[in-house]
Amino acid sequence: MRSLLAVIATLFLTVGPAFAEGEGIAATTKQTTNPIAISMFVAFVVITLIITYWAATRTRSASDFYTAGGGISGFQNGLAIAGDYMSAASFLGISALVATNGFDGLIYSIGFLVGWPILVSLMAERLRNLGRFTFADVISYRFAQTPLRLLAACGTLVVVAFYLIAQMVGAGQLIKLLFGIDYIYAEIIVGVLMICYVMFGGMLATTWVQIIKACLLLSGASLMCLLVLIHFNFDILGFFTEAVRVSPKHQAVMNPGGFVANPVETISLGIALMFGTAGLPHILMRFFTVSNAKEARKSIFYATGFVGYFYILTFIIGFGAITLVYTNPDYLDPVTKALKGGANMPAIWLADAVGGSYLQGFIAAVAFATILAVVSGLTLAGASAISHDIYASVLRHGNVDQKTEMQVSKVTTLFIGAAAIGLGIAFETQNVAFMVGLAFAIAASSNFPILLLSVIWPKLTTRGATIGGFVGLLTALTLTILSPAVWVVVLGNKAPVWPYSNPALFSMPLAFVCCWFFSITDSSKRGVIDLDGFDAQYVRSQTGIGAAGASGH
Amino acid sequence: MAADLVSRVKTDPNFIELEAKRGAFGWTIAISMVVIYFAFIFMVAFFKDALSVQVYGVITLAFPLGILVLFSAFVLVGIYVVRANGEFDDLTKKIVEKAR
Repeated sequence: MRSLLAVIATLFLTVGPAFAEGEGIAATTKQTTNPIAISMFVAFVVITLIITYWAATRTRSASDFYTAGGGISGFQNGLAIAGDYMSAASFLGISALVATNGFDGLIYSIGFLVGWPILVSLMAERLRNLGRFTFADVISYRFAQTPLRLLAACGTLVVVAFYLIAQMVGAGQLIKLLFGIDYIYAEIIVGVLMICYVMFGGMLATTWVQIIKACLLLSGASLMCLLVLIHFNFDILGFFTEAVRVSPKHQAVMNPGGFVANPVETISLGIALMFGTAGLPHILMRFFTVSNAKEARKSIFYATGFVGYFYILTFIIGFGAITLVYTNPDYLDPVTKALKGGANMPAIWLADAVGGSYLQGFIAAVAFATILAVVSGLTLAGASAISHDIYASVLRHGNVDQKTEMQVSKVTTLFIGAAAIGLGIAFETQNVAFMVGLAFAIAASSNFPILLLSVIWPKLTTRGATIGGFVGLLTALTLTILSPAVWVVVLGNKAPVWPYSNPALFSMPLAFVCCWFFSITDSSKRGVIDLDGFDAQYVRSQTGIGAAGASGH
Repeated sequence: MAADLVSRVKTDPNFIELEAKRGAFGWTIAISMVVIYFAFIFMVAFFKDALSVQVYGVITLAFPLGILVLFSAFVLVGIYVVRANGEFDDLTKKIVEKAR
């Protein structure tokens, strides 16, 4: 959900130049340094580094590193999952979208929440019972290890890389704007802190950073909404009536609008959001941090509640900005009448409008903390794919002690962190809007089909899964590159080769078809072993019999 | 896992009950969500005018429906979790104990 903004931007680039074209965070200028924001952010960093130190003393084995020893409670994990979803971009981006387009903002929020029932009812149980550290444990359970682990690692790394670049670029621009720090230093601060959290504190520190940030963000956003509602004496109808009166769109701000000009694009995005959620590696990894399936399910319930509540808050914040920010000349550029600081600032200025500079400083610090927490979770997922799936499982065939595996993941973390800083700097002036949409499309077209079919369809074989997974991944990637969002906007060509910027409507079904076709026509020896393995996998996936228990380390 | 254990569990009446009940229930939840969500998206795509009808002052029909879809995701997760953490986990416990 991070860089929701990017998804939104992708969509709008294809259906109309309403938002994010030129006036997104890419066009930021340095803001004057806000001492309140900086002191609050420093306090956050000090507290999280103390937690990291504490977590480091308790992180001794690979399972501690990947899953916090399975000792996170359902409620804590629910907050952490919600934290993974509530990024600075979704906080600032969704509220900005509501502030400029009204009701349409809610359509996106809905898309991000509807994947959860699918995840809990079809996946949670089986993931818990079959896996230990990563979702690759599940999809490689009855198949040949090497091809499936490589597929999962590619799926993970591609999703993480696109997500991470979009985050790092957004982070640098946002921090430059909110704190008056140079872009390059902003990248280094984010990168170094994230490496510290993950490398020394592993999943335990990453989870607590995420929990603290989720609490700060939820309370900050709640306070803002409360102050907005107090301003209108809790008269909801009066609040919206005022918004309609002052909005340049008037009543149209309450209607579903132009974003659905192209139904194919809309439905394709809907598919990517709904099913991509069930294939995001950093979210799936969180299922292994709790002690049993009961807690795993509870954590999704809490997460859905928190995220749903958060989206309602962003909706109120967006409408609050229509009434209290866009009507106040202090927040507008005197010449252009555009919002000062760019299109993503409504929430920040609303904090100032209802709570003064203290609340504004607090909200800016929370936005920074949010970025840090989100990139840490991504880095951990990427490091696990390399150390657990590629190093320990493919290169060493599982013959590696936990200590060595953990050391490999720490070194990997360092490399991923350094790469993230480098890529963040390299992509500063690039348009990265397509990247998060692509990450979701790949998760929906590669990770999700394989994960689902491997547990429900007995006839899936190594060959079918590998071909289907890679076809899904490459199709999503290729169609995106040839689409208007990349071919025209990023690469500067005149006309797109492929008309749609959201590929999931095509790439996800193609992955399923390839899995099916290359499995039923598979007469190899390995195929027979794959089919024979289903019963044992099925019994374990339903009951957990034979699983060591993720907490039993 | 030993082959005899697998076949023993697979023929356990509790296991047969669990897989039938949980399978049907899980798919019902998942398909309900897909239907609700895409019904909403299709309405937004093709019946914009109906959604723009004002139902309470300036508030349009799209508001309650949108909130309802958001809420339905939460409720569907809740319904599944309550039943899975109660009834299905009790059945699982029985199966696991019998398999020992």
